[in-house]
Amino acid sequence: MQPSTLDPLTTYTVRLGDDALVSGHRLSEWTGSAPMLEEELALANVALDLLGRARLCYGYAAERTGQGCSEDSFAYQRDCRAFTNHLIHELPRGDFAFTMARQFMVDCLAVPFLQGLARSLDSRLAGIGAKCVKESRYHLRRSTDWMFRLGDGTEESHRRLQSAVDELWGFTPELFAQDALEAELVHSGVGVDLEPLREPWLTAVNQTFSGAGIVLPALDWQVDGGRQGLHTEHLGHLLSELQFVQRAYPGQQW
Amino acid sequence: MVGTNTPERGDLNLEQADAVARRQRRLSSPEQFLWAALDQVLDPELPALSIWELGILSDVQRVGGRVVVTLTPTYAGCPAMATIREDVIDALLAVGISDVLVEMQLQPVWTTDWLDRAARDKLKHAGIAPPDTDSQCPQCGSKHVSSISAFGSTACKALYRCLDCLEVFDRIKVI
Repeated sequence: MQPSTLDPLTTYTVRLGDDALVSGHRLSEWTGSAPMLEEELALANVALDLLGRARLCYGYAAERTGQGCSEDSFAYQRDCRAFTNHLIHELPRGDFAFTMARQFMVDCLAVPFLQGLARSLDSRLAGIGAKCVKESRYHLRRSTDWMFRLGDGTEESHRRLQSAVDELWGFTPELFAQDALEAELVHSGVGVDLEPLREPWLTAVNQTFSGAGIVLPALDWQVDGGRQGLHTEHLGHLLSELQFVQRAYPGQQW
Repeated sequence: MVGTNTPERGDLNLEQADAVARRQRRLSSPEQFLWAALDQVLDPELPALSIWELGILSDVQRVGGRVVVTLTPTYAGCPAMATIREDVIDALLAVGISDVLVEMQLQPVWTTDWLDRAARDKLKHAGIAPPDTDSQCPQCGSKHVSSISAFGSTACKALYRCLDCLEVFDRIKVI
């Protein structure tokens, strides 16, 4: 199940599933250690929505792949190099400000992206887009609210949010990079063109941050490689936990 | 390029049209017995409502010797769906039908607009505020309420507090 052996549409679907699984897993790590009970519920609920999104993508990819492949094959039976999520999702959860800043920037793109996916000529992807955009809209309301609360809160919360944004900023250009495979799918009306989403995203993010007193850093460094399976050192640690049971007891079921 | 002239799914009258289509599908179905059997299946996390009242049950048909049930999930990750799927199979088994296929359908996308007045009243009666635009305390009826958390005990609920009777209550998220 190396990405290279899958057809373009299946590869694309797995990429979207990887983004959802990895970011959902990072959010789920807050369970038991969130700053307050209500936020713990919220983080776990958003994680659950993302896990559901990953299952929809992996389920579809598994059907297209056949040969006994299931959602679990994608989640549990691949190593780092086969995962194709954007790097921003795998970064350790950091403090609450870091988690929420990442969530806000990702939600801000997820909404128009999923709206676009809902218009995909592939009806299954369109269904996933239409279903999930409602959830992302709901997530965005909360993550936007937190940008104001943290940015405009105490000196400490402001400092933490600003430093989270500084740390994350170089990971955001990758969200808009399109390789040949994605360009081809955009051309055939199946994939979502990210290029027209870039400026509106920047404007929206900037508007919220400036309202929250946060300054966008200069883009003096940036990294990518997630879509090609080239990851930060953090993904391996994440997978070792996420995949532990299936690695220890292959094929085990509840 | 993906076209941009398709109507948005967020459009209210489209969503109401989906609800009407679902109702008509049931009314004009020759399988009234099967629909009635499935009325026994309750949502495990909202047992005040059947899967029909919640809008999850989209269709039931006989295809050859097999009964095909179409369900529309509320949330992509709703963990209750696995239980609901089993409960559907059990409910049909109870009326002597063993060859059942349960299919999941994402579109039209489930929305709280599909809950009719009767379903909303049942929720209120069970102490859960329905997804009305105007949120009201299900205990004392006060409109003087505030949100504690946009997320609650399950994927479909948010947490509120009544500022008059001070009770904390669940409210179905408007989506």
